[in-house]
Amino acid sequence: MPALRNRLRRFIDHWLFRVGPSEHAPIVLRQRRIFVLPTRSGIVFALALAVMLLASINYNLSLGFGLVFLIAGVAVASIVHAFRNLLHLSLSPGRAESVFAGDVAHFTLLLSNTRAAGRPGLRCSTRAGAAALDLGPSQTTEVTLPLATPTRGWHRPGRVTIETTYPLGLIRAWSIVTPDIRCLAYPTPEPDPPTLPRGPTDQSTGRRSGLGDDDFAGLRPHRLSDSPRHVAWKNVARGGPMLTKEFAGAEGGAVELDWHDLPANLDVEQRLSRFTAWILTASVAGRPFALSLPHWAAPASSDPRHISTCLRQLALYSLQERDDE
Amino acid sequence: MNKASDLPGASRYWLLGSIAITIAPHAEHFPAWLLGLCASLVLAQAAMVRRGHPPPHRLVLALVALVASVGVKLQFDHFFGKDPGVALLAVLLSIKQLESRAPRDVHAAVLLSYFLQMSLFLYDQTPLVGLLVIVGTLASTVTLLSLQAPREPALAQLRTGAVLLAQGLPFMLVLFLLFPRVQGPLWGLPNDAYSGTTGLSDTMAPGSIAELSQSDAIAFRAAFRERTPPPAQRYWRGPVLTLFDGRTWRQASSPILAAPPYRPSGPAYDYRLTLEPHNQNWLLALEHPGAGIDGARYTADLRLLATEAVRQRAGFDLRAYPETQPGLTEDARVLALARQLPDGFNPRTRALAQKLARRAASDQAIVDASVTYLRDASLVYTLTPPVLGVHTVDEFLFDTHRGFCEHFASAFVFLMRAADVPARVVTGYQGGEINPVDGTLVVRQSDAHAWAEVWLRGRGWVRVDPTALAAPRRLESGIADALSDLDGLPLLMRPELSWLRNVRHRWDALSNTWNQWVLGYNPDRQREFLANIGVGQPDWKAYGGLLGASAGALMLLLFAWAYLQRPSRDALDRAWANFCRKLAKHGVSRHPWEGPKDYGLRAARARPANAAELQEIADVYARLRYGARHDASATRDLAKRIRRLKLK
Repeated sequence: MPALRNRLRRFIDHWLFRVGPSEHAPIVLRQRRIFVLPTRSGIVFALALAVMLLASINYNLSLGFGLVFLIAGVAVASIVHAFRNLLHLSLSPGRAESVFAGDVAHFTLLLSNTRAAGRPGLRCSTRAGAAALDLGPSQTTEVTLPLATPTRGWHRPGRVTIETTYPLGLIRAWSIVTPDIRCLAYPTPEPDPPTLPRGPTDQSTGRRSGLGDDDFAGLRPHRLSDSPRHVAWKNVARGGPMLTKEFAGAEGGAVELDWHDLPANLDVEQRLSRFTAWILTASVAGRPFALSLPHWAAPASSDPRHISTCLRQLALYSLQERDDE
Repeated sequence: MNKASDLPGASRYWLLGSIAITIAPHAEHFPAWLLGLCASLVLAQAAMVRRGHPPPHRLVLALVALVASVGVKLQFDHFFGKDPGVALLAVLLSIKQLESRAPRDVHAAVLLSYFLQMSLFLYDQTPLVGLLVIVGTLASTVTLLSLQAPREPALAQLRTGAVLLAQGLPFMLVLFLLFPRVQGPLWGLPNDAYSGTTGLSDTMAPGSIAELSQSDAIAFRAAFRERTPPPAQRYWRGPVLTLFDGRTWRQASSPILAAPPYRPSGPAYDYRLTLEPHNQNWLLALEHPGAGIDGARYTADLRLLATEAVRQRAGFDLRAYPETQPGLTEDARVLALARQLPDGFNPRTRALAQKLARRAASDQAIVDASVTYLRDASLVYTLTPPVLGVHTVDEFLFDTHRGFCEHFASAFVFLMRAADVPARVVTGYQGGEINPVDGTLVVRQSDAHAWAEVWLRGRGWVRVDPTALAAPRRLESGIADALSDLDGLPLLMRPELSWLRNVRHRWDALSNTWNQWVLGYNPDRQREFLANIGVGQPDWKAYGGLLGASAGALMLLLFAWAYLQRPSRDALDRAWANFCRKLAKHGVSRHPWEGPKDYGLRAARARPANAAELQEIADVYARLRYGARHDASATRDLAKRIRRLKLK
């Protein structure tokens, strides 16, 4: 039964709401993909008008007829206003920052209004959340929407509903778009990883110059990939910006992260988790590391590009949808 | 329970304003305490909105509602009916706005205020009231709007609301004309639905018509087709009062006939009578109506009746024959009733009647003698007659000598009956004023009148107007001229205020048009209208088709409006587009990928005669477009320069 319901749902989406595969930028909302239906308030409003009409007939109130018809006319005009509020609105996919699985990712859409009249009371929503905005005349605004990332790998927001109940809240006009945007979720870092394994080239007499986690060395602005344990929470609690504590540690040599060196009792996801945690630790410490996976390997480096490439490899490890960029 | 309101501030202000505008016009017919309650609730809300307080606790509001309901019950005695209904609605609205927390509450309050705006029409449907209601509707609609666009400035909200209202207007017009009209009421109306209608009653006691004469409300209008009868023939017949108990005259039952009980004769006058609602079934037709009137019946005592009480303004096409002689052969029982007098009243008048009768040879002679007596009795016609005791006629004729038309009519009929001449009192209206603006004859409550009818063998029922004996000018030029003093006369009837009357004439003509075409648009008028546009026999299909087609056409227009949105281009873009167009005409059209400087260079090469000018324009455009600062005056200069550019 659920399978049938899903197929029916897909059919309705495709045939009625014209939800297709991801669309390339920019998406301009035309009349064929804008839908209007009364809201709950709209239905109550219509019922109230019907009662007023009955009262007008019963009391033979000519001006009562006039008033009911005027308000009905206003309600009908509001259908067109709602439709017009979305008509020719243009959407382009914006950025999506990578996150760790389990966090909420955020992606952006660029909404641009190309006409001389404003578009108030717009609302964009996905399954994970919503955002409200007003678009001024010929204005382009970035709207940020949340995206749940329960697992590692690529995530797409799927259907984004853009809707408005402007002007009177009686009519809801909406359109469903599938922006071509995806967000990479790295594996969830293991919460309490063992200390970094020592590589074969490791010298025990390192110079105390690089950054590690031994002694507090200073603060720098927070980066998304920083471990929460290194955030200067005291500063945040005082209302200050997010800062990350840096530590001066013994400069270790390159770290060797090898799939086959991990304990045999760990499954694939646990291995990926641990590697992720280790890569974070190493990058915070500024130590170069080498990563070798069953089908892929990278030589030691502490370059930011290297870090993100490795995290990406971990995120997409053995997944269907490979890195196709 | 008592969480702060999460409504936008603008919405709370708009709601407050719209409710004040909605309740204020009801002030006229609300009791003072109710008005005070509503006003203080609205003011309380205003104070709370200004200070940002959350709505008061629901228990407090429930208590206020309870007290108000008890008040309404005490005031009106019941809950069901027009007045208590409207009062409760106003209380409900005042409380609802006070406890509005969520958008849903605002929606409910706006719907309530629409209801309350419509209820104003139960009392009055003048253009002015219509205008007031439209202002209220605009404010209520903007309240809804402000919920959806809370960050727009108030003026922009108001403008959008006005645009919506303006776009609703054509729909209103189409629906008003074409929505199939049904004659109400659909169900029983509360008893007080028509309270407040004024007009003649079916009894007459001393003072009753004088009281009616204080009102200058319009009773009915008559639009004569070709000619207007002379003032002396303008007797509009209402209730005929045959039964007398010594003080009050009442109607006797009279059989209802399908055709008039007389043969119309003499000149005929065609006219359209438009009656204001008086909640009675008599039509105040000009004496004496001809046969064959739609929706009307005749009575043996020469009245014209509608099939139902006239509860809304109604129009009738009538024909009058003022010189008809009705009742040439009258039923003996009717004549017997017309001779009856209660015993023990007015002994002096009875004595006078006997004296007059002894001297006269015929009924006609008795009538003449009585008329002569009354004319010479130096009676005074006044709106403020003294209060009379038991022997009303005696006191009027012999002691006070002051009376209004009901005193004259009553005295004359008593005198006739005491002399054994069949007579009865007829009430109705006499006269009327021709509005010079649109030529209709306007008859007001102040034209209410009572006269007498005597039955003479061979002549039937003959009208005698005893008032005219004392105040002959009453017939010719109306009540204001006839009264010997102006006490108690409505302000506008006073002769010295003629300019004011002139204004009133214009206003009356306007409201007559309004009444005929807006308020009087009923199922009949609708059929007439449809016949005029070529739909002879409208059925449901015709109504549906017409309504659907017109509404569809309006909808298409609205969608066209939605599509025809000018793409926004600022002045600089427009100027540059103009420049490109001019060059394109001369064979140098800009490539889509071409920047202004490149284009300017290419154009300069292609049109060496204008080279310097073209390149400079392109440079200035590039500087204005991509420069850091916006420079409005430089933009204007550039636009002017481009407009003046002549390519050689």
